[in-house]
Amino acid sequence: MQNKNELNIEMFERLGVDEQQSENIVRPSMSYWQDAIRRLKQNKVAMISLFFLIFMVIMCIVGPYIYPHPYDFQNIEITNQPPTKEHIFGLDDLGRDIFARIWMGGRVSLAIGVVGAVISLVVGTIYGGISGYCGGRVDDIMMRILEILVGIPYMIVVIIVSVYLGQGLHSLMIALCLTSWTGLARLVRGQVLELKQSEYIMAAQALGTPTMKIITKHLIPNTLSVIIINTTFSIPGFIFSEAFLSFLGLGIKPPLTSWGAMAALGQQQMTYYPHELIFPAIAISITILAFNLLGDGLRDAFDPKLRQ
Amino acid sequence: MVKYIAKKIGYMIVTLWIILTVTFFLMNTMPGDPTQSSMKVLPEAVVENLKARWGLDKPVTEQYVIYLKNLLRGEMGESYKTPGLTANQVIEERFPASLRLGLQAVVVSLIIGLILGILAAFNRGKWLDFLTIFIAILGVSIPSFVFAALLQKYAAGGFFPIVGWAAEGSSLIEIFRGTALPTLAASIGGIATYSRFMRSSVLDVLSNDYILLAKAKGLSKFQIVTRHVLRNAITPIISIVAPQIAGIVTGSFVIERIFSVPGLGRYYVESVSGRDYPLIMATTIFFSAIFIVCMVAMDILYAVVDPRIRKSIIDGK
Repeated sequence: MQNKNELNIEMFERLGVDEQQSENIVRPSMSYWQDAIRRLKQNKVAMISLFFLIFMVIMCIVGPYIYPHPYDFQNIEITNQPPTKEHIFGLDDLGRDIFARIWMGGRVSLAIGVVGAVISLVVGTIYGGISGYCGGRVDDIMMRILEILVGIPYMIVVIIVSVYLGQGLHSLMIALCLTSWTGLARLVRGQVLELKQSEYIMAAQALGTPTMKIITKHLIPNTLSVIIINTTFSIPGFIFSEAFLSFLGLGIKPPLTSWGAMAALGQQQMTYYPHELIFPAIAISITILAFNLLGDGLRDAFDPKLRQ
Repeated sequence: MVKYIAKKIGYMIVTLWIILTVTFFLMNTMPGDPTQSSMKVLPEAVVENLKARWGLDKPVTEQYVIYLKNLLRGEMGESYKTPGLTANQVIEERFPASLRLGLQAVVVSLIIGLILGILAAFNRGKWLDFLTIFIAILGVSIPSFVFAALLQKYAAGGFFPIVGWAAEGSSLIEIFRGTALPTLAASIGGIATYSRFMRSSVLDVLSNDYILLAKAKGLSKFQIVTRHVLRNAITPIISIVAPQIAGIVTGSFVIERIFSVPGLGRYYVESVSGRDYPLIMATTIFFSAIFIVCMVAMDILYAVVDPRIRKSIIDGK
């Protein structure tokens, strides 16, 4: 109550509006991208995840060169050794150093995960966007093509691709990418079907905006949150598909390895030598965690609905 | 609506036919044939005889015509690896277990996933939210074979059997005892995915004006969720669940193997690696048919849940 008494009309002064100033732009204008990147930089968790991922990539590239133990050297006298000072993650069932194998395996797993995710992101988003937006007959045909691709057993595709291109990382990638984008395409289509009835799309159409521009400028940014989550979730999907195929003898050939293949091997030794499972599993989990947190940050930065 | 469904069934038959044709010819371009994939090296004459018996000595196009004729009569052929076992038998005997496991897993993961997702979105930035993100990331980053093996090691052995499956027609408790662990192992991935999508989708919905209006009207939180949030947030979930149902209902190789579930999953893998042509075709057709039905169901569900979509799907605009 005391405060209220102290305020009186003399304390205030009329400023009025300077009409010359009112048209000035106070803040520098920012494009959508500048604004999004500024938001992303403010997000500490996302930035830490980004730096962690960069660190992992660098380690996978240089790790095998700077670490004294080669990834494929078999020390048969001390197989299955738990972590020691010499071999900080221990040795596997053939006496190979797990720390060195983590970085070699990371090359394969990260490459498959990231390349696969990027390809399915691009193809799936565009395919689903066109299918949902055009609707009618175009949608029907595009969805049938998608069903056909999913229906053909992909193990056969992997075998045939590796016959023509040779077994290895590139044929695995091609075979996995042939069908992996279909999930995202369906998801984007579903969202676009819903969004294309909204008023702002009608406004854009009335203004004569070209179809491709409506899809890329209006529809896709508004489905961004599901696109990003699907993409970050698809990375472990790729890593495990590769592990499964390697397990069946269709993927990476030993002594080369991948995180998924290491986890699959470790699972058989889990009862007696848990370190053979734990370290690859931790490598996968932390990397996936970083991708997910970065994905959350990207979503918060780019999604127009969450920007207010 | 009748016209819509009739059209869908027509499309379905054409799609299935294309899938089986492509698979048939791809399958035949795979290196190796059924006579080579067994451990024994067979004498020349035996190989000739086997090929003649299976009709593999004829040109591929002729084989294809014969296969189609048999298929139209409902016969999918006899397994090369297990003489006497027809592909129809495999599906009839193996599908029930896969179906039960798959449906239980879908239901469990949907219920837990949706509830977690909604709770996380309403408590954004609080501990419940972090718990959900933690479960989701754990669920996607631990491979299902590791999770299944951990379950088997630490949860099984007492009340739950280590391996095995409840026989058809056993009591409810027996079914629970036999199927709980495989179901849990099969649903962890789904729980992670659905809760994550639901959280994000609910967050999108919550920023809409109609939610503000619903709050201003004085609706309780429960009413807001059931009447407004759920309906609007569920479309992305439908697009993920529908195709996943096809995959999970037709069996998971890994989980069936770890828990010795008598399901269909192993035939997808073993038929391809053993070049067991009739079984490859049978499992492919079976999976594709279920997948396509799920896709049609997905479109119908969209239309039921969201009146905005009804127009664009059913009227084909």
